[in-house]
Amino acid sequence: MKLEEIKEILGAVIISKSDGLDINIMRAYCADLMSDVLAFSITNSLLITHLTNAQVIRTSEVADIKAIVFVQGKRPDIETIALADGKRIPLLVTDFSMFDTCGRLYEKGLRSQSDTDF
Amino acid sequence: MSNSADGIFFLTGKDFTNAGAASSNLKGILENMGVRPEIIRRAAIAAFEAEMNVIIYAVAGMMHYFINDEMIKVILQDMGPGIESIELAMKEGYSTAPDYIREMGFGSGMGLPNIKKSTDELKVNSIVGEGTTLEFIIYLNKTA
Ligand SMILES: Nc1ncnc2c1ncn2[C@@H]1O[C@H](COP(=O)(O)OP(=O)(O)OP(=O)(O)O)[C@@H](O)[C@H]1O
Ligand SMILES: [Mg+2]
Repeated sequence: MKLEEIKEILGAVIISKSDGLDINIMRAYCADLMSDVLAFSITNSLLITHLTNAQVIRTSEVADIKAIVFVQGKRPDIETIALADGKRIPLLVTDFSMFDTCGRLYEKGLRSQSDTDF
Repeated sequence: MSNSADGIFFLTGKDFTNAGAASSNLKGILENMGVRPEIIRRAAIAAFEAEMNVIIYAVAGMMHYFINDEMIKVILQDMGPGIESIELAMKEGYSTAPDYIREMGFGSGMGLPNIKKSTDELKVNSIVGEGTTLEFIIYLNKTA
């Protein structure tokens, strides 16, 4: 699924310089615990989170997260956005809750692990 | 790849602006050396968890890395409160992180278990009231 499609499904806005709308997103992972992201996310996933601090960007870099969606209209500060720009990680903000964000994306076919895990 | 590298990063306790930068730099070094992506990911995860522990719990510390054709070895040494029971600290879910750390998304007690899972060898030594030394090795030609 293209990041562009994810943006549309979530009515999200891009808040980073790198829009990366043609990036292909195969997997998504949602968490507010950084150790969980590191332990369980799959390389090249989309991260869906409430947290907006700089550690989310660093964690995403370490875990090879391709793009981040902040839910419930939460926005990181300018320094954090600049950090993500430096690492070319696109940032999206949606007004949907975590539940609705994950639900909408799941409905459109996005998964966390490979389909055979289910 | 056939080369080696080593270096050191200095870490300051509670410096959340730069927290994770050392691991990020280490990741870049490994990428430039042409190390396999799965290996880089494991090393970056282990280094990041260990770096965050130094930033969160210690006053100051450093991260030494040694890379050669066979392995990546990383040693994190800190001056800080130390760990009373390493056995307990290694347990999934055990954490003494205060609330403000939890609000940042840390403190789930998964850092040390994650390091253990991501590495081939892990040693933790600590003296209460002095500090902690954590050393891990990842072999380049072995799958975990
Ligand atoms: N360098 C250190 N100095 C002092 N105490 C430490 C250090 N590293 C870990 N600890 C202690 O060990 C506990 C477990 O560490 P671990 O990294 O597994 O979890 P955490 O840091 O609490 O949470 P998480 O890593 O999931 O964010 C910590 O809560 C802390 O009490
Ligand atoms: Mg930790």
